[in-house]
Amino acid sequence: MSEHHHGHGEGHDHHHHDNHFTDMEARVKALETVLTEKGLIDPAAIDAIVETYETKVGPRNGARVVAKAWSDPEFADWLKRDATAAIASLGFTGRQGEHMRAVFNTPDTHNLIVCTLCSCYPWAVLGLPPVWYKAPAYRSRAVIDPRGVLAEFGLELPAEKKIRVWDSTAELRYLVVPERPEGTDGFDENALANLVTRDAMIGTGLALSPVGAR
Amino acid sequence: MNGPHDLGGQHGLGPVAPEKDEPCFHAEWEKRALGITLSCGAFGAWTIDESRHARETLPPATYLAASYYEIWIRALEKLLKRHGFVTQAELDGGQMLEKGREPKRVLKADMVAGALARGGPCDRAVDAPPRFVAGETVRTRNFHPETHTRLPRYARAKVGVVEAVQGSFVFPDDNAHGEGENPQWLYTVVFSASEIWGESADPTLTVSIDAWESYLERV
Repeated sequence: MSEHHHGHGEGHDHHHHDNHFTDMEARVKALETVLTEKGLIDPAAIDAIVETYETKVGPRNGARVVAKAWSDPEFADWLKRDATAAIASLGFTGRQGEHMRAVFNTPDTHNLIVCTLCSCYPWAVLGLPPVWYKAPAYRSRAVIDPRGVLAEFGLELPAEKKIRVWDSTAELRYLVVPERPEGTDGFDENALANLVTRDAMIGTGLALSPVGAR
Repeated sequence: MNGPHDLGGQHGLGPVAPEKDEPCFHAEWEKRALGITLSCGAFGAWTIDESRHARETLPPATYLAASYYEIWIRALEKLLKRHGFVTQAELDGGQMLEKGREPKRVLKADMVAGALARGGPCDRAVDAPPRFVAGETVRTRNFHPETHTRLPRYARAKVGVVEAVQGSFVFPDDNAHGEGENPQWLYTVVFSASEIWGESADPTLTVSIDAWESYLERV
């Protein structure tokens, strides 16, 4: 099979998610065929895995965790002490969520999560990672120029706000608990969860304000 | 290893390009790549650490030009060949030529929910107490193995503070190479940006890594 070239100029020349469909389609098809002929994989199992991450496991799980932490101080304490157990109590467990840690934004400090060495990500609460999280630009710069990275997400933090970057070098998977937005007194957990974006739980965004979310 | 995967602090890799309303997958083949990779992981023939090492040993030009699922597939092909499940001729031809090795288990559709829910916990008890305590100042070791390690280059030979003892976990540097799980205590170690990045560092920035005990020395 021919080596792909890093194709630019096909309508998305500023992104890293040009995915070389033709070569990779053929390569993956060949692999799936060989493995299926050998009885090593079950194509229906692959369908089930895909369906799980397309429809069941995604950032709404994490949003529920955050909303509960905002509404229930005891749950927030538990989440701080033992995020794995607290999150499991809501039914979110398993692959790439085996060992969880929740880090809380404060008025003084903003947290940002990265995996510089691969793309470790808390699948159980956020689903599969977005392309940018896995791409070299984010992985290289989050630890050295987080303010520059955040600006590319449209997030300008006050100059005095401290930034804490967590590099996921081990099997701990991090979830950022953003600050609860103002003007949400009396919101129930569902209404609060609607304000929690995936990016807020990585640290490349903040929770939405109730005005902006409307 | 000092491979193309060890990206922290590298320059020149461009701006981050967040995509509005990004789909879960960008192509059908990405779905198959995810499912095939997870299915083959279920064989029990290699560890997550060996598969990470297979990815980081791709040639730098290949690694940096590839989309992430392409990296997965290229590494998976290496693992399948290394462990005797497929041959290069089979990959080239896209069909089975010989039976090859039998795995411990094949992931069937009815096993998927259970397997994903179980995941692969890698916390393991160790007999010795932790060597370091929270609040202690430590220095990371300065090593450059060609084998797998999870101590990033930017954080080697740096002085930081142990923030927390996180429990004890399988040691990837050994586990990646079939040398056993050899669990160790794991510590969250925090560094000032100036310790890592020097004189022009952001004074408001701190960076932490999760470091196995053998990565750390007393200061």
